Amino acid sequence: MVLAFVEHDGGELDDASAQTLTLARDLATGVDEPLEAIAFGPEATAVAHDAGVYGATVVNAVEHDDLDNYAPEAYARTVVQCAEGTGTDAVVAPGTDRGSEVLAHAAAKLDETMAAEVVEVDPDGDAYQLTRQRWGGTLLEHARLDADTKVLTVAPNEVSASPTDDDPADVNPFTPDLEAGDLRVQCLRTEASDTEGVPLGEARIVVSGGRGTDGDFEALEELAERLPDAAVGASRAAVNEGWRPHDDQIGQTGTKIAPEIYIPCGISGAVQHMVGCKGAENILAVNTDPDAAIVGKADWVVVANLHEVVPAVVEELDRRTE
Amino acid sequence: MEILTAIKRVPETGSKIVLTEDRTAIDTSSLGFTVSPHEECAIEESVQLVEEHGGSATVLTLGSGDATEQLRSAIAMGADHGVLLETEERWGPAATARAIASAVEADDTDFDLLLFGNESADAANHQVGVRVAEALDLPCVTGVKGLDITDGTATAERDIPGGTEVYEVDLPAVVTVKEGLNEPRYPSMRAKMQARKADIDRRDPERYRDGLELIELEVPETDDSPAEILGESPDAAAEVVDVLEDQEVI
Repeated sequence: MVLAFVEHDGGELDDASAQTLTLARDLATGVDEPLEAIAFGPEATAVAHDAGVYGATVVNAVEHDDLDNYAPEAYARTVVQCAEGTGTDAVVAPGTDRGSEVLAHAAAKLDETMAAEVVEVDPDGDAYQLTRQRWGGTLLEHARLDADTKVLTVAPNEVSASPTDDDPADVNPFTPDLEAGDLRVQCLRTEASDTEGVPLGEARIVVSGGRGTDGDFEALEELAERLPDAAVGASRAAVNEGWRPHDDQIGQTGTKIAPEIYIPCGISGAVQHMVGCKGAENILAVNTDPDAAIVGKADWVVVANLHEVVPAVVEELDRRTE
Repeated sequence: MEILTAIKRVPETGSKIVLTEDRTAIDTSSLGFTVSPHEECAIEESVQLVEEHGGSATVLTLGSGDATEQLRSAIAMGADHGVLLETEERWGPAATARAIASAVEADDTDFDLLLFGNESADAANHQVGVRVAEALDLPCVTGVKGLDITDGTATAERDIPGGTEVYEVDLPAVVTVKEGLNEPRYPSMRAKMQARKADIDRRDPERYRDGLELIELEVPETDDSPAEILGESPDAAAEVVDVLEDQEVI
């Protein structure tokens, strides 16, 4: 069996989990094993529809009185118990914060190596040949994973989610046997962000500014307000200057975005930044320097001062919507 | 309060990555080295916590003798002690975590808090801190961007889409942090000079097995074809809006 830990919102599979199931489905076919998913929470059974679409035959739906709140070790214990006794060849999860955390605990409990940020995997006898990202994807590692149970996470937005026409997965209610120690770390509460609007990581359009803004993000805010599902981000340089909070930082150590259009303004395009925006479908850059690194990565560019261009774009949008 | 912060010496890769001839490593002959941004924040946090609560901050790394440079950087930032688990070999995350856990167990100090970066900038394995916590049977919170210690309890915050999760764990505990937790300080020249003379505690780590065998590295091809120039003045605004309309995002 190949077991995929999936995340969902009210029973609707998230993008990274759909991508993970797609990779896991191909892997399961390669090792001639069934693909099962494991989902947590009161709406876990509802995941059966989406998981089936992506190739899972069974969803192990975990409901437990002690798991109302997210508890990483308890989740990991549950994943391990679900995998044990079934001859599980691999446990796979999205390389999100939660997926990475749960599988790191699971790998430690299984005393197995975990391969993180995987983008390709092929069976090779009892082992797997795999490719994983390093340096946020600016470098790829080809490696051989040899373990009784292979544990791996899938780099988000690197595998295209590919649905099949399969029926919904069967639901297998799964109740773990938890101990007090498994529950010593639990999310106490969740606090909503003060930030209004669309979260950076979920925006369809991201407008961002770097050193070229000289700290003035007003025009960028105005542009984002006029665009649907848009958010404002910043480069590391702008954050380091104290012009924007760290939560706005796009980059390897900040938020990784995947919008339909990314509009970097006054951002040169350092490697650290490009790692954060390489999930963007298209890039429209505004920069005074035609030789800036970002221009080489962009689909379109306006070679001009952002403080003149961005207000003009706002005016043009207003004119067309009058 | 006794705090141990684990760090890693990583190449600075702001410039183009070049591989060694056998393609098993980055050619660092023209690159400098640094500490990952997440780990710089871990060092800063440890120094601030010791300033607030007393005790001492120890910084530890597993790596070659050259990694003393990063230990001294941490000492210049205010860490009290540096420990090097010295090896010239390349170690994977499982072996690294086991060696760090063994070093913590063998140490004379009872650490209240073990700090890690959430993941290293180069290998991005996302697991050393968690594995150390598992090996030492300690609670672990990962990806932390807010940390408060009061009366032996750590309150940790981490980002989720649209908000923040809050955790409370009793010490001793393991916390892995992300950049944004704090603003790492720039050490003074005097602190840097003093750090150069600091004693580094060198130890031989015990080697454990890793199941992931590196075959080779690859620098992926990138499409650096020139962008379509929409204009060179604010007059290009109409073309910008045309693109947004053509792409059906407005």
